[in-house]
Amino acid sequence: MSDDSATDRNLHWLVRPATIRFLWFGGCAILAVLVLADFLVRGHPYFGLDGTFGFYAWYGFATCGAMVILAKGLGVFLKRRDTYYDD
Amino acid sequence: MTIDTIPPGIILIAVGLLLPLVSGVVRGALVLLAPLTVLAMVWAVPDGPVLTLSFLGLDITPLQGDNLSRLFAIIFSIMAFGGGLYALNQSRVVELSAAFVYAGSAIGVVLAGDLITVLIFWEVMAVGSTVVVWAAGTELASKSAQRYLMVHLLGGVVLMAGVIFHVSETGTAAFVAMQPDSLGTWLILVGFLVNAGAPPLSAWLPDAYPEGSYSGTVFLSAFTTKAAVYVLLRGFPGAEILIFVGLYMVFYGIIYALLENDMRRILAYSIVNQVGFMVTGIGIGTEMALNGAAAHAFAHIIYKALLLMSAGAVLYMTGKRKCTDLGGLFRTMPLTMICGVIGALAISAFPWTSGFVTKSMINQAAADQHLVWAWFLLVAASAGVFLHAGIKFPWFVFFQKDSGLRPPEPPWNMRAAMILFAAICIGLGVYPAPLYAILPYPVDYAPYTAAHVLNMLQLLLFAGLAFFVMLPLMKRTLTISLDWDWLYRRLGSWIVDAVGQAITGTDRIFRYGCLRIVRHGLSWVRLHSGPEGALARTRSVGGMVPWVIGLLGISLILNFL
Repeated sequence: MSDDSATDRNLHWLVRPATIRFLWFGGCAILAVLVLADFLVRGHPYFGLDGTFGFYAWYGFATCGAMVILAKGLGVFLKRRDTYYDD
Repeated sequence: MTIDTIPPGIILIAVGLLLPLVSGVVRGALVLLAPLTVLAMVWAVPDGPVLTLSFLGLDITPLQGDNLSRLFAIIFSIMAFGGGLYALNQSRVVELSAAFVYAGSAIGVVLAGDLITVLIFWEVMAVGSTVVVWAAGTELASKSAQRYLMVHLLGGVVLMAGVIFHVSETGTAAFVAMQPDSLGTWLILVGFLVNAGAPPLSAWLPDAYPEGSYSGTVFLSAFTTKAAVYVLLRGFPGAEILIFVGLYMVFYGIIYALLENDMRRILAYSIVNQVGFMVTGIGIGTEMALNGAAAHAFAHIIYKALLLMSAGAVLYMTGKRKCTDLGGLFRTMPLTMICGVIGALAISAFPWTSGFVTKSMINQAAADQHLVWAWFLLVAASAGVFLHAGIKFPWFVFFQKDSGLRPPEPPWNMRAAMILFAAICIGLGVYPAPLYAILPYPVDYAPYTAAHVLNMLQLLLFAGLAFFVMLPLMKRTLTISLDWDWLYRRLGSWIVDAVGQAITGTDRIFRYGCLRIVRHGLSWVRLHSGPEGALARTRSVGGMVPWVIGLLGISLILNFL
C-alpha cells in the first residue's frame, strides 16, 4: 500500500488512479445532469424523433458507436502496413 | 491603374517572390507586414467591378468586390499573417516564399469577377502549394508533391475545358451563379470539386498535406479547399448534387480519421470532413445555408490551422508524427496542449467556440428545408467530429500513455501564433456578431438558446463517452488505409508494368524473329559463297577446261540454230 502511494506521488497528478476515478465519476455525473436537464429545457423538435427524451444524448452515443464499429469493420479490408506504398 | 485597382493577391505574390532576396529582420518584417497590408486593402475593396480589362476579345474583371469575396479574402489574409508568424523560424525560405504566392493566388481567386482570372490564379495556387509540400525536403514529400501536382493539373485542365465550353456557349466569362446543366458547367463543377477534396479524387489531400514541413502543412490546410468552397458558393449555390457529395465527404473524413495513426493525417481527413459540411450547405442553397457554409469556412480556417500548429509544434519539438510514438506530452507542452484542445473544441462546434456559431447554421438550414435524412446525418456527423478530431487528436497526442517524451514548448513565434488563433476561436464563439456582420446575407439566427446549447452538450459529451467506452476498439496500429488513390498508386502502376512488359515481350519476340531470319540468310550465303561454299571454292585450271569446252559447244550449237 505504501509502495502504491509512493508511485502515486511520482506520477503527475492528472494520471494518478484517484484522479482518473474522480474524472470518471465527475464525467458521469455531468452526463446525468445533462440528460435530466431535458425535463427543464424545451427545444423545438423538427421531425418528431428528435423530440424524444434525451434524443441528442442517445443519438450521439449510438451513432458514434456505429461509426467506430463501421470504421473497425472497414479497417479489416482497408488497413495496410504503413510502409505499403514505400516498396 | 492606381494603387486601388491592383488586385491585393498580386501584392502578396510579389512579396512572396521577393522573400528569398532579403534576409534577417527585413524578411521577418515583410512576412508580418505584407499580409496585414493586404488585409487592409481587401477590407477597402468596394462592391462591384474595380478593374476591367480586355483579354482575347472578352471583358475580364481581375478585381471585383462583394460581401462573399471580401469575407474569404479577409480570412485568407489573416491566415497568411498567422501562418507567417508561425513559420517565422522556418529556415527554408522557399517554403515561405511559395506559401505567400499560394496565399496571394487564393486571394486572387476570391476577388476575381470572371472565370479566366479564376483559372489563372487557380493554376498559380496549384504550383505554389506543390512547392510548399515539396519544400519539406524529404523523399516522401517530393513523391507526394508529384502526385499532388498531377491531380491538380488534371483538375486545372478539366476546369479550363469547362471554361472554354462555357465561354464559347454563353459569350461571356463573367463568374456568376450557374447550374450544372451543360457540358461546360459540368466540367467547371468537376474542376472545382477536385480542389474541394470531393470523391473520388479526395486522397490527394491526406496524401500530400501531412508530408509538408511543420509550418508548411499549416498553410496548406487553409487555401486550396476553402478557395474551392468559395467558387462553389459563387458558382453553384443550390446545386442539389452537392448535398450528396458533401455528406459523402463528411463521413469519409470521419471513418478514415478514425482508422488513421499519423496525427497530421487525422487532421487532413478531418479537413475533408469539414469541407463536406460546407459543400452540403452550398447544396442546400438557402440564404441560411450559404451563410452557414461561408461562416464555417471562415471559422474552419482558423481552428484547423490552430490544430495543425499544435500538431506542428509537437512534430517540431519531437520529430515524431505517429500516435503510436506520442502520448503524455501535456506534462511539458501545456500551452501547445491547451491551444490544441481549443482547436479541437472549436472543430467540434462546442458551445462558446467558433464552430458552434457557424456549423449550426448549416444544420438549421437542413431542418428548415425539411431535409430529414440530411439533418439526421449532419447531426450524427457533428457527433462524429468530436469523436475523430475533437477527442482523438488531443487524447492520443497529449494524454493516452506516457511515451517518455519530455519536449519543451516551441519557440515564441509559434506560441504567439497559436495563442492568437486560439483567442480568435474563443472570441468568435463568445461574440459572433462581427463575423455575422460580414456574411453574404443578413443573419437572422441566434445560436445561443438554452435548448441549442443543451442539445449540443448532450450530443458531444455522449460522443465523448462513446469514445472512452470504445477505446479498446481504437487501439492505434502501424497502418495506413487504402483509398481511391490505390487506383493510381498501385493498380495504375501494375497496369503500366503489365503494358510495359507486353510491349517489351512483343518487341523481344519480333526482334528475335527478325534476327533468326537474318541469321538464316547469312548462313545460307555463307554456305554457298563462304570459303567452303560451292560458288567460292578454288578450282584447278584443268578442271575448268571441260566446262569451257562445253559452254563453247553450246554457243556454237545456238549459232547454228
